[in-house]
Amino acid sequence: MTAHVVQRSTAETTLMRQFETEKLSSSPRRADAFGRFIAGGLPTRRVESWHYTDLRAAMRDAAPLAPAPDSGAIEDARAILTDRKRMAAWRIVLVDGRLVAELCDQFPPAVSFSREEPSPVDVDDPMVALNEAMSVEAYVLKVADGARVEGLIEITHISTAKDARSVYSRVAILLGIGASASLIESYLGAGPGVQRNSLAILTLAEGARAKHVVLVEDDAELHIESRLGQLAAGAELNDFVLISGGALTRRQLFHKLIGPEAKITLGGLTLLDGKRRSDTTLQVVHAAEAGTSREYYRAIVDDEAVGTFQGKVIVENAAQKTDGAMKSQAVLLSPRAQMNAKPELEILADDVVCGHGATVGSLDPEQLFYMMTRSLDRDEAESMLLEAFGEEAIRRIEDDVLAEALRRPFWAWLARERVARVGGEGEIHWVESAS
Amino acid sequence: MAAVQGTVDRVRSIDVEAYKYGFVSPIESDVAPKGLNEDIIRFISARKEEPEWLLAWRLDAFRRWLTMGAPKWARVEYPPIDFQEIHYFSAPKTTPGPKSLDDVDPELLRTYAKLGIPLVEQEILAGVERPRVAVDAVFDSVSVATTFKAELAKVGVIFCSFSEAVRNHPDLVRRYLGTVVPATDNFYATLNSAVFSDGSFVYVPPGIRCPMELSTYFRINEKNTGQFERTLIVADKGSYVSYLEGCTAPKRDENQLHAAVVELIALEDAEIKYSTVQNWYPGDAEGKGGIYNFVTKRGDCRGARSKISWTQVETGSAITWKYPSCILRGEASRGEFYSIAISNGRQQVDSGTKMIHLGCNTRSRIISKGIAAGKSQNTYRGQVSAHRLATGARNFTNCDSLLIGHQCGAHTVPYIEAKNASAIIEHEATTSKVSEEQLFYCLQRGLSAEEATALIVNGFVRDVLQQLPMEFAVEAQKLIAISLEGSVG
Amino acid sequence: MMQAAGPMLEIKKLSVSIHGAPILEDLNLTVRAGEVAAIMGPNGSGKSTLAYVIAGKPDYEIVSGEIWFDGEDLLELEPNERAQKGVFLAFQYPVEIPGVATMTFMKATLNARRRSRGQGDLTTPDFMRRVREASQMLKLDQEMLRRPLNVGFSGGEKKRLEILQMALLRPRLCVLDETDSGLDIDALKVVSDGVNALRDPERAFLVITHYQRLLEHIRPDVVHVMAKGRIVASGGPELALELERNGYRDYAEAAA
Repeated sequence: MTAHVVQRSTAETTLMRQFETEKLSSSPRRADAFGRFIAGGLPTRRVESWHYTDLRAAMRDAAPLAPAPDSGAIEDARAILTDRKRMAAWRIVLVDGRLVAELCDQFPPAVSFSREEPSPVDVDDPMVALNEAMSVEAYVLKVADGARVEGLIEITHISTAKDARSVYSRVAILLGIGASASLIESYLGAGPGVQRNSLAILTLAEGARAKHVVLVEDDAELHIESRLGQLAAGAELNDFVLISGGALTRRQLFHKLIGPEAKITLGGLTLLDGKRRSDTTLQVVHAAEAGTSREYYRAIVDDEAVGTFQGKVIVENAAQKTDGAMKSQAVLLSPRAQMNAKPELEILADDVVCGHGATVGSLDPEQLFYMMTRSLDRDEAESMLLEAFGEEAIRRIEDDVLAEALRRPFWAWLARERVARVGGEGEIHWVESAS
Repeated sequence: MAAVQGTVDRVRSIDVEAYKYGFVSPIESDVAPKGLNEDIIRFISARKEEPEWLLAWRLDAFRRWLTMGAPKWARVEYPPIDFQEIHYFSAPKTTPGPKSLDDVDPELLRTYAKLGIPLVEQEILAGVERPRVAVDAVFDSVSVATTFKAELAKVGVIFCSFSEAVRNHPDLVRRYLGTVVPATDNFYATLNSAVFSDGSFVYVPPGIRCPMELSTYFRINEKNTGQFERTLIVADKGSYVSYLEGCTAPKRDENQLHAAVVELIALEDAEIKYSTVQNWYPGDAEGKGGIYNFVTKRGDCRGARSKISWTQVETGSAITWKYPSCILRGEASRGEFYSIAISNGRQQVDSGTKMIHLGCNTRSRIISKGIAAGKSQNTYRGQVSAHRLATGARNFTNCDSLLIGHQCGAHTVPYIEAKNASAIIEHEATTSKVSEEQLFYCLQRGLSAEEATALIVNGFVRDVLQQLPMEFAVEAQKLIAISLEGSVG
Repeated sequence: MMQAAGPMLEIKKLSVSIHGAPILEDLNLTVRAGEVAAIMGPNGSGKSTLAYVIAGKPDYEIVSGEIWFDGEDLLELEPNERAQKGVFLAFQYPVEIPGVATMTFMKATLNARRRSRGQGDLTTPDFMRRVREASQMLKLDQEMLRRPLNVGFSGGEKKRLEILQMALLRPRLCVLDETDSGLDIDALKVVSDGVNALRDPERAFLVITHYQRLLEHIRPDVVHVMAKGRIVASGGPELALELERNGYRDYAEAAA
């Protein structure tokens, strides 16, 4: 073997320095994780799962690590929370990746939240490895066996930095046997200098059920979010994301159905304008019999924004009777908007029904015409079609409270868009709110 | 007896273990020494009495190739190929170039008769009801006979071996060669550019509808021989041509490399229809032997309203790596890709297409049917991209996979890239097994499981079969049944 | 009444279950050549299961019992082998097979049957002639036969197509599973005429139906009443009329 002289990018060099100077390298686990990251470095287009997002090129440098929040940061976080309508019964607040107990609620006995390193999950991805190496703290949310949590649990990730900062957060969510819970995670407060690497491990034991909504609303320069899920027999996960902010968002999901008759439903609505980029890359592995997977992703792309959806459903040889369906749909609103889609199937079992569909296009001119002959102006007709397009996706969460939580940022984005495009007043709604 | 019917009957009588085309013809060959270096390339070029520019073009490609690595992104596995263990030139010893069929080695004609190729014009004329097909036959590396030349010449259609085209139509060749698949395109295309030995050349002049189907039959005969043919088809303004390609190779325990390049150019209002029935030796049930089919095929819809249509039936080869593609450059040009890819035994298929929409109002359509049986792996890999200026571009893609048995794999990897809001791209794909209900229904009516499967598979691939010229369709249908033998039960 | 010949079909103490749930229990049934036997019974009595088990549908578990056809053990045979021996099932819900032309399908099935008897394939003109005759009798548009099998056919068209296939294959035993369901009165007449034209001393019919009205068109020699997975009564055509008047209730109770 010839030794390759590796040309490190500025960001990689900075990351190596940070890892040494912050004394993170003394932990063998972190050292191992950083080794896995640095072996390949920041991903480029050559890494197939990063085909449409060249992170090495996009990341000019790694921002300094965010320090533990001081009292000023906690007050800023409190102000952000005060401005928001409270949806959840129980709230956990992480500021720059660290738990701020004074902003959190007391959980009922069946639920616990504690600082501890979650058990490792085997996923081969450089940014997952980097998260493990660099996260100063890690937390585990546990819902006890058989517990049915009635109220909504919210995990709020707040960044308060005004300048360039990198934020790592690491959370595991464990639902015990037969447990059920609804969760919402929000990313708030980050300004355009924030680089975020957030990781969540979702473990659903036999028969557990989770509904889980994620909102990405702030303006981080970089939002990298990894979700690693494992579903045991009969477990059900319904996960939906709404992305309306972030200059470069990469959301990557690695889910595995390890027990028979597990069911996973993944959905998303990505709203892109300006020069923003968003990449959703998911992998669902059917490793056991009779699993069901559904993926529904929609994107509205305006201006010079670029959307990417990569979905890969892998059906292993043991996963007979798998039922899988994936659909990605994108509407392009501007001549310079772009969408990439790669819906993949990798099937090694024969007794399966799997399919995928992908469409990219503008709003249907025939529909617009029809609506206009009924006296709507073009702008109204377009808004109506866009809202319907998003609403169809949101309904997949099949939960009124969570759907309502998703509609708020969706409508806010549509209103901003409308103002930007036609200068008219913002909000017009065609969908009856559930509440 | 009609030659194609003859082929069909013979094909019917064999099974996977007894690959029908697996005979070796005892023909004396003029073979270049094994190995690859500049001297070999000079040898090939000299043997073909090529002009200086073409030798320079080959050598440039070779030097480039030395800096390249074999592509690794496809879902296929094979040991590294030792490019020094291959003969890059093998010609039947009847050179220099047959003037007519009388000059062709009778053993060679017998080989083609065995293959069912209607090489002898009289035989074709005897089959009154059948459409006539002009044939160029490529044996190992050399084109041995082209039929119907005189008749085609009357309307100005040039159909000859590539070497002959270099000699007789150097300007045409120089103007178009490498303009669709550049010499530096990819590892195997670059290798081909360096060492290609022969192939077919077609030029259809403006406004001419080629009066008959043109056809090339490729056969690899020599041991340890690579086949590197190069096909170039130019349809000038307002012309039409339909071109058929068939492939066979003898059974050998070693893997043999086939790295061809096909370039199609359609000028304004021209249409090219290119059909392939690929039945190279797939190797035995344990995966020993078989052809590595690493082929670069690309069409350029250069003129407005031009159209290029690829239809392929892929049943053979140990490994298939091929993506017949269309560059839709001309305004309102159209590209089509219809594919049936069947894999059984230990075959590996990674095939699909690229539709690159560059011009406005361009349209493309992809219909792909993959069938995996035995222990094979069958991948559809495709790319549809609509570029900035491709206003009004449209694509529809449908790729379906069928699994027969539980040891095979079917994979779908589509890349969809829209950079124009007015583009509409629709993609749909399904994977399933042969329905138990359908099978039972057929069994109840007295068909065996194997017959029933073949029948259902034929229904599954029907949309694509319909795109083939009649005679090829019949042959393809039989090949499908044969390819699946032993997969049920 | 036909002259009684040796039994063509003999079912002895047949018990069948699906996913562990018993459907048929200790069912006995004999059908002779030349006989038209009706099987009547309420929904869920196991009529369709009986038809599927005779034809050899794999989903069912044969718990015990025997089915003899022309002296052969039918349970030992694959569905296609049973068909080649002359067992035909006209499905209640004929399956759609996209992409396979009806004509192509029928030709393939007919030749498979012929080959099993050591006969050669039919020539295309010969095949076409047979199809033409049969389709005229069943008032089926020839054009329809070029379409994919059963795809986009109406319920009545599907049923007529089943009888058309029966006419072409000339089976020994014709099992008609609720062939009357979904048919209007005109279509019922056409289908029944098609069946009656095939009546022959060498052929037997097992006509499964819920209603008596089909039996006004296809006159049975014997009527069997099925309830809870077994034959609970047998008699002449008058039994069907009695059922029409009094319903199945008494028999259902008797079986319980």
